[in-house]
Amino acid sequence: MLYRENGQFKTSYAADQQIFAIAQDRWAILAIIVFALVGVPLLVDEYLFRAILIPFLILSLAALGVNILVGYCGQITLGAGAFMAVGAYAAYNFHIRIDGLPLLVSFLLGGCTAAAVGIVFGIPSLRVRGLYLAVATLAAQFFTDWVFLRVPWFTNNASSGSVSVANLQILSWRIETPVDKYLLCLTILVVFALLAKNMTRCAIGRQWMAIRDMDVAAEVIGIRPLFAKLSAFAVSSFFVGTAGALWGFVHLASWEPAAFSVDRSFQLLFMVIIGGLGSIMGSFFGAAFIVILPIALNQFLPAIGSVFGVSISTAGVSHAELIIFGALIIFFLIKEPHGIARMWSTGKEKLRLWPFPH
Amino acid sequence: MGFFIETLIGGLMAGMLYSLVALGFVLIFKASGVFNFAQGAMVLFAALAMARFSAWVPEWLGVDSRLLANGIAFVLSGALMFAVAWLIERLVLRHLVNQDGATLLMATLGIAYVLEGVGSSIFGSDIYKIDVGMPKEPVMILEESIEGGLLINREDFVAALIAALLVSLLWLFFQKTATGRALRAVADDHQAAQSIGIPLNRIWVIVWCVAGLVALVAGIIWGSKLGVQFSLATVALRALPVVILGGLTSIPGAIIGGLIIGVGEKLSEVYLGPFIGGGIEIWFAYQLALVFLLFRPQGLFGEKIIDRV
Amino acid sequence: MSREFGELILDLQNVSLAFGGVKALTDISFDVREHEIRAIIGPNGAGKSSMLNVINGVYRPQQGEIILRGQHFTRMNPYKAACAGISRTFQNIALFKGMSVIDNLMTGRNLKIRSNLLQQAFWWGPARREELAHRARVEEVIDFLEIQHIRKTPVGRLPYGLQKRVDLGRALAMEPSILLLDEPMAGMNVEEKQDMCRFILDVNDQFGTTIVLIEHDMGVVMDISDRVVVLDYGRKIGDGVPDAVRTNPEVISAYLGASH
Repeated sequence: MLYRENGQFKTSYAADQQIFAIAQDRWAILAIIVFALVGVPLLVDEYLFRAILIPFLILSLAALGVNILVGYCGQITLGAGAFMAVGAYAAYNFHIRIDGLPLLVSFLLGGCTAAAVGIVFGIPSLRVRGLYLAVATLAAQFFTDWVFLRVPWFTNNASSGSVSVANLQILSWRIETPVDKYLLCLTILVVFALLAKNMTRCAIGRQWMAIRDMDVAAEVIGIRPLFAKLSAFAVSSFFVGTAGALWGFVHLASWEPAAFSVDRSFQLLFMVIIGGLGSIMGSFFGAAFIVILPIALNQFLPAIGSVFGVSISTAGVSHAELIIFGALIIFFLIKEPHGIARMWSTGKEKLRLWPFPH
Repeated sequence: MGFFIETLIGGLMAGMLYSLVALGFVLIFKASGVFNFAQGAMVLFAALAMARFSAWVPEWLGVDSRLLANGIAFVLSGALMFAVAWLIERLVLRHLVNQDGATLLMATLGIAYVLEGVGSSIFGSDIYKIDVGMPKEPVMILEESIEGGLLINREDFVAALIAALLVSLLWLFFQKTATGRALRAVADDHQAAQSIGIPLNRIWVIVWCVAGLVALVAGIIWGSKLGVQFSLATVALRALPVVILGGLTSIPGAIIGGLIIGVGEKLSEVYLGPFIGGGIEIWFAYQLALVFLLFRPQGLFGEKIIDRV
Repeated sequence: MSREFGELILDLQNVSLAFGGVKALTDISFDVREHEIRAIIGPNGAGKSSMLNVINGVYRPQQGEIILRGQHFTRMNPYKAACAGISRTFQNIALFKGMSVIDNLMTGRNLKIRSNLLQQAFWWGPARREELAHRARVEEVIDFLEIQHIRKTPVGRLPYGLQKRVDLGRALAMEPSILLLDEPMAGMNVEEKQDMCRFILDVNDQFGTTIVLIEHDMGVVMDISDRVVVLDYGRKIGDGVPDAVRTNPEVISAYLGASH
């Protein structure tokens, strides 16, 4: 009954173009952000930060980037992990090679480098589309895997092949505890999400979607496919690259190329498809689902097994995890191919009419 | 010279294995428009089944002959792959008719996870051997025409022979039988095929069965060469550039693409590797495919895409 | 019905187009004058749509050239054509199905948007102001086409007739000087056709837009067009005012053959 838009009349186009056109949505989002900034750090323990919240935030950012490319511009990518790697290693090199470079600048430069690489690997999209393109992006994945493993310059000649960073600091704020890391990721995510939303409701977003829906018509209307596609690759890779830098610096602190393998790319694609293609909200839903599911399965499977008097070995759990994960993905695709975001919006639609649906 | 030819032949042999995996891709893509990422998992599953059945069958039945044991194991694994195909159609594909390519691709990734999980739960996740009695010892040929002769694995020859046989059988099946004609019709246009009374679902089951068989053969050859292990599932990723090179819808494309990639990988590894570092073969194949895409997007033998407005 | 035509605005000279061995257009010349309604008719497969595709650069003819306001083009491309003020609708509606009606029309404003990606990302002053200004212009088109009630509906959910109207709206949002319409009335009932005719005439009248039109409904063509060109098997077999075309014996035998 509370969720109504009655009486909220819009008298200008500006009011109609707001991100959350319904007042209740605006308040709800504001409340969530305030709670995430103030409430969560007070309530949650360290394990949750490390295992769930920080990965969730960073992967949401990456999923957001993938969603711009796949969901908004319709260009399938299986190389997102590569751009995370580029972001992470570029940020690392900026960080250690330029003394006194502020941490945030390193992150953003990492993102920019990823964007540049993204443009290069986006060039095939001008000629091919769909599944062919998906395979072309795998080329980026395997190439970066190899480069960061075999070219010692990128890892600063680290003998073990893994790189690490320590003593993160922004101005005088030392980022040490999980709460610090969480707040850093959260802030960056909120800002980036806002940028993504702005782009998708502006001319550039419409160009992307036009290319996605009907590329010939888009060109006829005066959209240059070259600019639209490559800008989508650039923006997407920028987001993904920044997420990669965060993943390396903040979440892992020391990492190897395997952290950004092709599995990561698949995982990110799963997130946007399960969460909802072409939806900012969907990226968050997808990331939450994919981050929480394995942890939840890991916790509950042995428990369920013991209820039935079966003890499940660790190997058994990991096999069962694979099966359930795969099955759930299929289930989701069958039940709601438009993702959790669509369920969410139909839910809201119903709530608006509740309790008198007719 | 002799070394070059040996490298070349080694590449051709590796390429033939890629061709077999790529063949599975192409079959399924042609008939159902599904880009089957689970093909690698199917190869792994089939190889696991074959390896374990051939070890279990003597225990169960007390058969001594290895040939008989392998034969029974082959039949059992084949039946298992048919069951898998049937289940996939029943539980997954049937519910995803008319979804777009990306959704179907995701679904096959889901299938891949399930297959890997189920496979290792049933058959275990250690490294197994498949021994179908392929000759192992290498032979020397052409000693008179080339200095030093050529060292060839006999096993590779047998494998190549089997692959060639399989491909010609498939070709006969597609071109000469009524079912093959129906398959080609479905490949051209789902709706039109359905409207003249071709049962889409049955066609899909058949094509997944065929792909399962191809996976089994590929799995046996790979398995007897390199052993059956989890990493077999990643051969799908190795075979992707092949499909791109050859064209997603072309069976000869899959074969020739596989050979090109195989040779390219080996030659690049041997002649380029020393200069830029080892382990380049996987991305080399992809770059090759990528460059190729820029100039001929539909692949070597794929159908040209014409946009209509 | 005879009106004063303006200057020569678009001139196709000796255009030939082939797909492999199939000749779609053979040595076609025709011109369009400013402010007129020019119809292209002909039986199925005569090359009418190919003709439009050549004009706005979707297809590249093997021979011939296009002269647009005195400028010569041997190779046109869709983007150049759009910049030159040519917009079009499609035979099988080519709307952006995942976007709302408003967003579809807003894409028509794309060429006029000046703010850059960064300004848009930060919803910076110029980007915001531009967005509002274009929204206002798009609303005018919406009013003109009487589709206010569906502005926020995703176009994929609209019935066919309305989709056709939105397709026209998207072309109009570009404020074109030449509008190419590919069978705007195909598959419509009488009432919808009347509406569409009214819109076309109004566009021509109020905005002075030149219109090139492909249509199968002879009644409509003869009623609203100033000059008609007739194609058959990729050749031009007639060109002139409706009355002249109607009595042209070659046209009658080729096109209206069944009726005599």
